[in-house]
Amino acid sequence: MPPPRTRETAPALRHRLAELRGPDVPAKALDARALAALAANPGCRRRALLDGAGVNKTELASALGSPSAFGQSQFAFMRGDAFEARVKADGGTELLRLVHERLDPSAEPPSGAHVPDLAAAGPEGRTARTELALREATESGGWTLLDHPMLALDVAGSPAFLEPDAVVVHPDGTWTVVEIKSFPMLDGAADPAKVGAAARQSAVYVLALEDAAARVDPVPQVRHRVLLVCPKDFTNLPTAAAVDVRKQRAVTRRQLTRLTRIEEIADALPEGTCFAPDLPQERLTAAVELLPATYAPECLAACELAFHCRARSRAAAEVTSVGRSARAELGGLTTVGDVLAAAHGTAGDPADPAVAALRRAARLRAEALASAGYGARDEVLVDGEVPAGAESQDMAGASAGGAPCH
Amino acid sequence: MSLITTLARLEAVSSGRARPVATVRHRHLSERPLVFVPLTTAGEAGAPLGALVGTDRHAPRLLVVPQPRDRDLRFAFLAELADIVLPYVDAYTDTVEAAERTETDPETGKRVKVVVDLCADAPQLIVPSRAGVDFVRLLGRSMRFRRTAEQDPDTPHPAPPRVPLLGRWLTHFGERARMPGSSLLLAVTDLLARHWATGQSSVEDQHLGSLLAWIDPPGDEPGDVAAHRAELARDADGQLLCPPAGPATDPAFDNKLLAPAIEAYDRARSALAAAEDGLEADDRFGALTAAEQRVRDLVESRTRPTWDAVWHGLDLLRALPEGAHVPDRWTRDRWSFTAHRDRITAGEPPQPRVDDAVTAANKLAAREREQARLDAQEALDDPLVMAGRRLAGEAFAGEVTDVVMAYSEGRRPSPRPLVTVRTEDLPHLGERAKVYRSLGGKPQAAEFVGHAGRDGIGTGDPDGDGNVLVVLRVLDKMGRGKEPEPGSVPEKGDRVCFTLFEHDQRGGAKLPDPEETPWTHGGPPGDPEAVPLPDPLTEEDVL
Repeated sequence: MPPPRTRETAPALRHRLAELRGPDVPAKALDARALAALAANPGCRRRALLDGAGVNKTELASALGSPSAFGQSQFAFMRGDAFEARVKADGGTELLRLVHERLDPSAEPPSGAHVPDLAAAGPEGRTARTELALREATESGGWTLLDHPMLALDVAGSPAFLEPDAVVVHPDGTWTVVEIKSFPMLDGAADPAKVGAAARQSAVYVLALEDAAARVDPVPQVRHRVLLVCPKDFTNLPTAAAVDVRKQRAVTRRQLTRLTRIEEIADALPEGTCFAPDLPQERLTAAVELLPATYAPECLAACELAFHCRARSRAAAEVTSVGRSARAELGGLTTVGDVLAAAHGTAGDPADPAVAALRRAARLRAEALASAGYGARDEVLVDGEVPAGAESQDMAGASAGGAPCH
Repeated sequence: MSLITTLARLEAVSSGRARPVATVRHRHLSERPLVFVPLTTAGEAGAPLGALVGTDRHAPRLLVVPQPRDRDLRFAFLAELADIVLPYVDAYTDTVEAAERTETDPETGKRVKVVVDLCADAPQLIVPSRAGVDFVRLLGRSMRFRRTAEQDPDTPHPAPPRVPLLGRWLTHFGERARMPGSSLLLAVTDLLARHWATGQSSVEDQHLGSLLAWIDPPGDEPGDVAAHRAELARDADGQLLCPPAGPATDPAFDNKLLAPAIEAYDRARSALAAAEDGLEADDRFGALTAAEQRVRDLVESRTRPTWDAVWHGLDLLRALPEGAHVPDRWTRDRWSFTAHRDRITAGEPPQPRVDDAVTAANKLAAREREQARLDAQEALDDPLVMAGRRLAGEAFAGEVTDVVMAYSEGRRPSPRPLVTVRTEDLPHLGERAKVYRSLGGKPQAAEFVGHAGRDGIGTGDPDGDGNVLVVLRVLDKMGRGKEPEPGSVPEKGDRVCFTLFEHDQRGGAKLPDPEETPWTHGGPPGDPEAVPLPDPLTEEDVL
């Protein structure tokens, strides 16, 4: 059993994070995208602190001069809203029917389910209200639908507030997370990338729900199969599938426990550092620069600051900007200049396996290009130096026939 | 990503221009491809917004759905699309040549050769990006189960006559695109990324504009600058200068330009419906036409740059010489096209929603086989691809330093010459590993005997210069006589290249007929002749 992850944020840390956010800037709740970013790049301190402090990264990115490209078309928005409203219409009859059919067919059929009012002031108030409703529902022994509950999850030492689409309490007192998405389930199958994203997101909700469950006595079980509700084929009738999120839950739990403590990152920042979007661009750039980032192209799909970090990564000629796998192959060579110098024999230790492999790669590549008639016309030589192994010249002559096998 | 590709990407970063990762073109390009640049409506499944389509780069046809949620307008769009795509496809169904195929005789159970028709050429559909390939498949799925008024007089919303047929063809194109090395339906981003490495990641290469900017930037501009502009630059209105290749549109375009235009169209349409007399109706019809024209202009403004980019990409690809095995793979595409033509002529029902177990297993096996074939053929066609295989230890090239004649033991000794190859490569050769080289287009097999030293058998590197001596025993393709046929054995001084992978792929184990599917795999599928039911239409289906 891991130690309970939700705890009171120390007032000092809360104060410090508010300072970093800037005076009078409200904290932004951790949304689905931030959760995806958490899973895609757990080691990034920049993202960890900015998310932890509740900085609005969209505004920050614009203020830095590299606005994020995320946006939602109003068509998609309307369609998504209409679909969710349809699924939850009529006291959630359709939704509960799907939960009953897909997850708990042996239970009594849901009729006249309880739908408590979860309205309260502020995220803390809503979280408390949700926990109360969950406790009551578990004791009631019937079906209960919680529409947009608010859950709290301790992320790197500060609470993140999460809002799942719905949570259903079964008659046997177990809890299920429901995720409603507007991408279609076509002939029983949906886009695997989108289902994967939904599963990762739901897994975070399951973790937060488990925290809430741990505070109830006896501890109710949170089901590890979530219900994914999507439009069926080309209609907007709902259909659903149970998605097992145990793997995603385990991965997320592990990442959450190894997240660098926000406190430590915050303490490393000099006094007076602030990320308020109304500060001048140079000050913001300097402030963001104090936070080390680990940019990889995957960030483009998950983080609002990705374009800023990409520009920085490219300016520093980091090899990761062409893909994470590049980094894995190249050992200790982290910049484009280092790699090319090593490949072309002007630097690097030939005994280093990465350097030796690079030289072989460069030689084979130059030889193949020359044999196809590329060598003379353009390229191959980047900085005007001769590639290692002038013997590639005679090899080129020997296999000038074009096809490599003669 | 192999090290050699990574290196090419990093060279591209450093030079600001994309670098070749292929020296020949590995996919077939038709003389007359049908280019299809579709746009879809955000949030809706299979609700097209419009498309540019055609075979003439200077005269694309613009098709637009001014209100994508209106079923009738969508059917009108699909009917127009059918009127362009189907005649294009039909043009290839009639010209046939005779070809031989091995079939199992149903009476004797023997494998016999039969002469059948093979279409002399096949249509080719080109879309801008991989998402476009998925969209073709989605359109196919949305149409093939529709019923026309002729098929089912009671259907509440009959589809226009040729729409289900278009659905079946698009489904076939979409399905074939999953076959490695096939060229019936191609995405330009995939094609370009196969032949050039840019200084960005493969995720970013999905953007056609930035990919082209790396490969062929305008003027002397560095590729990274041009790519950055293509990807992100916006005008004063907040619109992208280079619209995304689709089918998804930019949210800023949807919200700022398209939504107001569609609203105006809706208003004009309800105003027309509410008109009380002919004169008023005339006026309002004018307003409706103007509103529709506005949507059309918007769709054209977002598809035309992509249309031009697709043709630009095709020009770049055409400049590359075709790989030697490409016609062979195109013949497979022609077989696939001919087979589908025959299924439609025979009146078979549309492709099922979900494949039965045997068909699915067959498809997977075929894709694995084609992938292996593609990998082998690309390496044989292209020294740069072969370089990657050599780096990976899956092939080696070098000079023949010695040939010793030897014979097999047995009643009739056959030639089994021992060939010593001096190579700088580091092949992963196991004991008696089989290696192959291409001899007149056919694979010749040899087996690994050992590493030679300066005096006799030894290991490794006799001269200490990084070269190894590999001794091989040639096994076949030397004729029937005691002496090998001239040219069938490498000679001293020849440059040779052997691969550790096979050049040709054998078919796998035969699967049972679908009717014989064992119960472990769901048992035999239902009646194969049954016509699948159309998708139910609901009142909520107000797309």
